Amino acid sequence: MATQHSRSVARLMMAPAVVLLLGWMLVPLTMTLYFSFKKYLPLRGGDLGWVGFDNYIRFVSSSAFWPAVQATLVIVGGVLVITVVLGVLMAMLLDQPMWGQGVVRILVIAPFFVMPTVSALVWKNMFMDPVNGLLAHLWRFFGAEPISWLSEASMTSIVMIVSWQWLPFATLILLTAIQSLDSEQLEAAEMDGAPPLKRFYHIILPHLSRAITIVILIQTIFLLSIFAEIFVTTGGAFGTRTLTYLIFQRVLESQNVGLGSAGGVYAIILANIVAIFLMRIVGKNLDA
Amino acid sequence: MARAVTTRRKSFNTALAWAVGLLIFFPILWTILTSFKTEAQAIASPPLFLNFNWTLENYAIVQERSDYMRFLWNSVIIAGGSTLLGVIVAVPAAWAMAFVPSKRTKDILLWMLSTKMLPAVGVLYPIYLLFIRLGLLDTRGGLVVVLMLINLPIIVWMLYTYFREIPGEILEAARMDGATLKEEILHILTPMAVPGIASTVLLNFILAWNEAFWTLNLTAVDAAPLTAFIASYSSPEGLFFAKLSAASTMAIAPILILGWFSQKQLVRGLTFGAVK
Amino acid sequence: MYLKNALRAATALTFVATAAAHAQSITIATVNNGDMIRMQGYTDKFTEATGIDVEWVTLEENVLRQRVTTDITTKGGQFDIMTIGMYETPIWGANDWLVPLDGMSAEYDVGDLLPAMAGGLSHEGTLYAAPFYGESSMIMYRTDLMEKAGLEMPEAPTWQFIREAAAAMTDRDNDINGICLRGKAGWGEGGAFITVTGNSFGARWFDENWKPQFDQPEWKEALTFFVDMMGESGPAGYATNGFNENLSLFQQGKCGMWIDATVAASFVTNPNDSTVADKVGFALAPNSEGVDKRANWLWAWALAIPAGTQQEDAAKQFIEWATSKDYIELVAENEGWANVPPGARTSLYENDNYKDIPFAQMTLKSILAADPQNCCAQPTPYTGIQFVAIPEFAGIATQVSQEFSAVYAGQQTVDEALAKAQAFTAEEMEAAGY
Repeated sequence: MATQHSRSVARLMMAPAVVLLLGWMLVPLTMTLYFSFKKYLPLRGGDLGWVGFDNYIRFVSSSAFWPAVQATLVIVGGVLVITVVLGVLMAMLLDQPMWGQGVVRILVIAPFFVMPTVSALVWKNMFMDPVNGLLAHLWRFFGAEPISWLSEASMTSIVMIVSWQWLPFATLILLTAIQSLDSEQLEAAEMDGAPPLKRFYHIILPHLSRAITIVILIQTIFLLSIFAEIFVTTGGAFGTRTLTYLIFQRVLESQNVGLGSAGGVYAIILANIVAIFLMRIVGKNLDA
Repeated sequence: MARAVTTRRKSFNTALAWAVGLLIFFPILWTILTSFKTEAQAIASPPLFLNFNWTLENYAIVQERSDYMRFLWNSVIIAGGSTLLGVIVAVPAAWAMAFVPSKRTKDILLWMLSTKMLPAVGVLYPIYLLFIRLGLLDTRGGLVVVLMLINLPIIVWMLYTYFREIPGEILEAARMDGATLKEEILHILTPMAVPGIASTVLLNFILAWNEAFWTLNLTAVDAAPLTAFIASYSSPEGLFFAKLSAASTMAIAPILILGWFSQKQLVRGLTFGAVK
Repeated sequence: MYLKNALRAATALTFVATAAAHAQSITIATVNNGDMIRMQGYTDKFTEATGIDVEWVTLEENVLRQRVTTDITTKGGQFDIMTIGMYETPIWGANDWLVPLDGMSAEYDVGDLLPAMAGGLSHEGTLYAAPFYGESSMIMYRTDLMEKAGLEMPEAPTWQFIREAAAAMTDRDNDINGICLRGKAGWGEGGAFITVTGNSFGARWFDENWKPQFDQPEWKEALTFFVDMMGESGPAGYATNGFNENLSLFQQGKCGMWIDATVAASFVTNPNDSTVADKVGFALAPNSEGVDKRANWLWAWALAIPAGTQQEDAAKQFIEWATSKDYIELVAENEGWANVPPGARTSLYENDNYKDIPFAQMTLKSILAADPQNCCAQPTPYTGIQFVAIPEFAGIATQVSQEFSAVYAGQQTVDEALAKAQAFTAEEMEAAGY
């Protein structure tokens, strides 16, 4: 179909984007790889020579490594589950006829516009503060002992904050998908007397599967690298140190660029494992 | 046949949706309310909702301390510039992928997405050193380029999915009529793609506006955007909830307003090809 | 097209940059503490007097550290003055990254800087940063609650007395906690506090051979004491309380005692912010019975000039202005003596106007009681009291304090945390080549 000519034009048109991204990938990647084989301590004079795989071994053998991988997966997984489940429910709710639909939609998507730093600050200080936070007031109002969220329920708190930020995104994509659902099909099912749950499982959910994979894919990319939410709230304490945060600690707090770079390489590997895994699924779903 | 909906059901939906919507919006609302309280009222127990003396003093204090307009302007330039540049680079690429697909198109697309997974903290030192060499530290130009690169995969992908929804037959017909490639893009594709491009622009503007790692670490004065502005209000000596709220409101207000006005476009366009 | 525009923009930017250089402008990175923000307000006076413009980059403490450290280690040259602390100064000075602050004018009177402060901001006798304000730690307590409990605070109490008094002052029904202390993770937050607490129980971070000491009984005693006391009389959720949170609690009248930075004294006695302003007494930080070191730390926020700046002279002029006696007078004139930056100059404590300030003498005594060369009851190879002045410390101590905070939150035992701290510290020190 496509002629030789249009192919070469197409290649030319793709060139700027591909070259730029290749550069953006290769330059930092090469430099990270370079540093990762060095003993590079900025506060001790910088480059202290080649050390082979020492940094790689040290990074994984550190007692903080596996808990960090686990924390990363828990946060990503937790947020995905919450945003997808609530997102589907929200999308179905918003699809119903109601008064003031536009305004409700605005209210629901608003959190997506809030900077991560700001939302972390607001949640931490004004809601989760165990003395002056609103949640503490609420707990006391019902006669319960206020929870110190960020220490006793650190993981839950962070998953909560991040889910709040990403729920709008999931809702929006799922809503668009639901709106494209053929309503006649639904009505037919309703006429046939299919109970709501059955309708949900057999018509709505399959229809949404593509949208759900896309929500999962895009959110995973962003969630793997969340940083501000942890930096502002717990600073990596109470088991909330993710891989990204661990690298931050190595590079900036311990000022060990070599070790941090090795961690960066591991993070890239982990991200790619997740990515390949996801893309297998999405790839299937994306086939036109 | 339209679905008949009873008023009762509609009322129920409305009440439920409004309740959920307000619950989700509440943290933002509370922040805005708190920004108009005095510090003592902000931590009053029990909390005050509307029955307090509204004051603008927090905004005055924040403005006196830091020149809000300068940060705002930098945010606009950086987010706008990077989005614009990204779209300019991405449109041809997405067009080529959508209309002249090859076996490798999908691989390229997925590879592009995978570049987003590079953890920013891990490459802070390399990029910082690079920026020093190139003299790009604390320049808006440098940040425009970095944010463009970060968001480029998303832009390409979004545009690709929109372009693919444009039926190929129209193009064939145009080609039969002897339209050149340039005409094809300008007169046929672009008008059809405008809603898609609009929502792409919006989403990426939001993402660039909220990016808080590079914008904070690669700037000092001249290029510092609102993310840097907010970094000077987190945890000073004492818990200043009201001032923090005022600064937060100032940081998110522009993008919130933009988002509200354009939510129709955003909702229509944000499909990532999920809808067929 | 774009390239052309970019080039044009770049040229324009360069032009602007050069133009700015002609007008003499310096960029200062600073922390968002009250005293620093106040200083920003007076910048105009400096510009008026010298014609030098000042650009401020004000950041929260952790972000500031991350930002200036990246810039100084890569020689990024983004700032002409950096606000740094007693921990960074000697390390950076030793690397020749800072401009030595010698040749200050006679009016500046370097000899007037408190010796403890000047000493902590020097490397091998050369001053590398000028103290803007300095602090130690001391006890702030509610005189009314103390009286109600039928106790009297000695000027130099022991931990055992503090614990007893805390228990007596605690009134859970009225939301009064006997004692509020830092538990928040971070080497400069809870890490600093537990380190000085350790010191006052005879513990130390390292022995003479740089071997970590968390497996020693003194640490166990200190940490156990701290956790038990906070469990009895501390506020709920103290594991996330840092300076700010405790300040707010104390100002709201929810703490009987608070042991923290001496600079807090001016905040808790300020009737605009504090509900208990007229009921606050001060005492020296405690020690455990039989240990002659007290839980006193020593810290200064100081201004330093990174080597390689184009604006060295202008930067020096600014530092002279901001840390001078005249600046103190300027603040006193406009905001009252209670609000001047404390803890930097000897002359301030000899000033008759300042003597009436209720916390002035106790602040000075606390600062004088701290000795960075000699932090601990046992000999150590390091300088610093609540920190160890080696580059690896910030990273190590942050993680150690995270383990301790997990104890405060009830997520692990004292023994578990100490074992982890010991293993982790040993691992890191070995990696650093000790």
